[in-house]
Amino acid sequence: MRERTDGGVLLAYLAKRLVELTAVVFLISILAFLLVHLLPGDPSVAILGPFDTPSARAEVLRQLGLNRPLPMQYLTWLGNVLHGNLGRSFLTKQTVATTIGEAFPIDLELVVVSQVLAFAVAIPLALVAARRPNRALDRLATATTFGMLSVPAFILAVLLALVLAVEVHAFPASGFTHLSNGVIPNLKSVALGSIALAAGSVAVYFRLLRSELISTLQEDFITMARAKGLSTRYILMRHALRPSSFSLLASAGINIGSLLTGAFVVEYLFQLPGIGYQIIVSIDSRDYLMVQGMALVVAVAYVLVNFAADLLLGVLDPRVRRG
Amino acid sequence: MRSRAGWTSSRTTRHLIFPPVDQALGPMLEVDGLRTSFRTPRGVVRAVDGVSLGLDRGRTLGIVGETGSGKTMLARSIMGLLPAGGRDRLGVERSGTVRFAGHDLTGLPPAQLRQVWGTQIAMVFQDPMTALNPVVRVGRQITESLRLRMGMGRSDAKETALALLSSVGIADPGRHLRSYPHELSGGMRQRVMIAIAIACGPRLLLADEPTTGLDVTIQAQILDLLADLQRERSMAMVLVTHDLGVVAGRADETAVMYAGRIVEQAATAELFAHPLMPYSQALLAAIPRLADAAGTRPKPIPGRPPDLASLAPGCRFAPRCPYARERCREADPPLVEAGSGHRFACWYPLSLEDADTPASDLGDSQGEA
Repeated sequence: MRERTDGGVLLAYLAKRLVELTAVVFLISILAFLLVHLLPGDPSVAILGPFDTPSARAEVLRQLGLNRPLPMQYLTWLGNVLHGNLGRSFLTKQTVATTIGEAFPIDLELVVVSQVLAFAVAIPLALVAARRPNRALDRLATATTFGMLSVPAFILAVLLALVLAVEVHAFPASGFTHLSNGVIPNLKSVALGSIALAAGSVAVYFRLLRSELISTLQEDFITMARAKGLSTRYILMRHALRPSSFSLLASAGINIGSLLTGAFVVEYLFQLPGIGYQIIVSIDSRDYLMVQGMALVVAVAYVLVNFAADLLLGVLDPRVRRG
Repeated sequence: MRSRAGWTSSRTTRHLIFPPVDQALGPMLEVDGLRTSFRTPRGVVRAVDGVSLGLDRGRTLGIVGETGSGKTMLARSIMGLLPAGGRDRLGVERSGTVRFAGHDLTGLPPAQLRQVWGTQIAMVFQDPMTALNPVVRVGRQITESLRLRMGMGRSDAKETALALLSSVGIADPGRHLRSYPHELSGGMRQRVMIAIAIACGPRLLLADEPTTGLDVTIQAQILDLLADLQRERSMAMVLVTHDLGVVAGRADETAVMYAGRIVEQAATAELFAHPLMPYSQALLAAIPRLADAAGTRPKPIPGRPPDLASLAPGCRFAPRCPYARERCREADPPLVEAGSGHRFACWYPLSLEDADTPASDLGDSQGEA
């Protein structure tokens, strides 16, 4: 009976977030739609060349539906998008959906691997550092992560490639190996990029979690847990970690979302054709439909990631569900 | 062969460092010359400054004082549960001895002291809103010590937790095991905290302002509950409060603390009837009474407790004391015994003194209680 009430509260919280989410996605779709319309230049010029007659231009615009009012054009476009039709690149003649379908899994893999790495390093490090703040180990960890934060990803990427790929030959220096060619070669091909991306995340996550843990450890309920005679390790893991992880979670949501596009430097350096890489190429070649489709997909993914973070927060913190 | 007082379990015997407490000789608690000081940016703060006291098995000692008198720190120091360094606390030092059931706790390494906490000495904290973990269900907050400290299995621990919740007067304990602290009322949270404190059958309970945040009617219920549990389990209890009304009729003995020291200690009835130290008298006069004429206001104590980082010589209460004389400002009065266990620290104790004191305006309260 209790479970049902609990679940009901969580469901209400989710429903509320879902409504907000829909509104945000709707706004994003309008912006993505307008993106192409705000561009300078006339599509009929692009298609027919600069020397055709005005009536031929009007005919082209009519065929494309570009003479109809903007809201109507938006609805037509939205209908197509919902059917998975994002248009076709006039450069590669591939559909935008196909290109995204090939590129997006690469970003996903980079993000997942780099974040798993980042959490695996940051969480234990923060637990150890927060246990004795300002002592040798804490200072060392804080200084190291500060260093990681101040080295830009592209420098780290080059260093990694130089040491681990060129000198040691442990990983390929560039290029993406598809999962169908084996899990290990696939992971190896994204390893350097993931490490380069993880470094910045480790620094942020460590610092957030460390300071939250230190303030949580001053709380009365930690003294109470000590008074029960529980071990320090148990108290850190079972009493302090969860209430200290809320701001970590929120920042992870934002960070992961921005990595979806922010990875382009790393993708470019390691020649991993993910979305970030493709967007740069498309912008460079003025492949607007491609840019539009990718912007839409990335924005929606960003919103979804943050929705997932909110969801997790609702699970971790029972007090949030009431809000 | 070692065994344990309270609930027994075969798995925990390896943790034990204590011989059976019931067979140990002597009083439950003997505190001698206990001092706790904090190094702060402003200087050394002597939160507990040379406290000695004793407590027999199954008895209750009330510790009364204003906010900042060091009573909470005294309870923490007895247990050895001192705060780690923090922003304004650069370090903590404790000296003196605390003997529990004949064993010196002050010399124990942290790992062994931890074995005493919860199973031998437990604490009820002041504010159950902050002392219960907000993101952990009530059930686990009770069962974790049963499982980790008593070695109980999952289902045993759950059953014991249900029994504990019933014993502290929570109806429908099965439902509340799954509750989070914020879903409970203030009184229920305090009951949960008491259930947690008594879970492992401690021999000594340190209750730090257990009723401060509660409604007056709930206060009485919680105090009665503590008294019942204490009788059933023959626990000794230290009841820390700022409210003399709480110790009246509940504590066998009462110690009055001021600025980190015990300034008076006696059997509770004796203290209420014949306070010797002006501070105790002033505390008594600050209690509103039904017998007072309509419109009578309780008498507040003028001034504030001294800054523990920079103490002046002489009696610490002298700056606020209506009877203070030259000697009070020059020399610190020692804690002396007036016979029948009544201890006090005052150069000019009230009932032994006469005439030239302005006692008449405070004296009304002495005959009551």
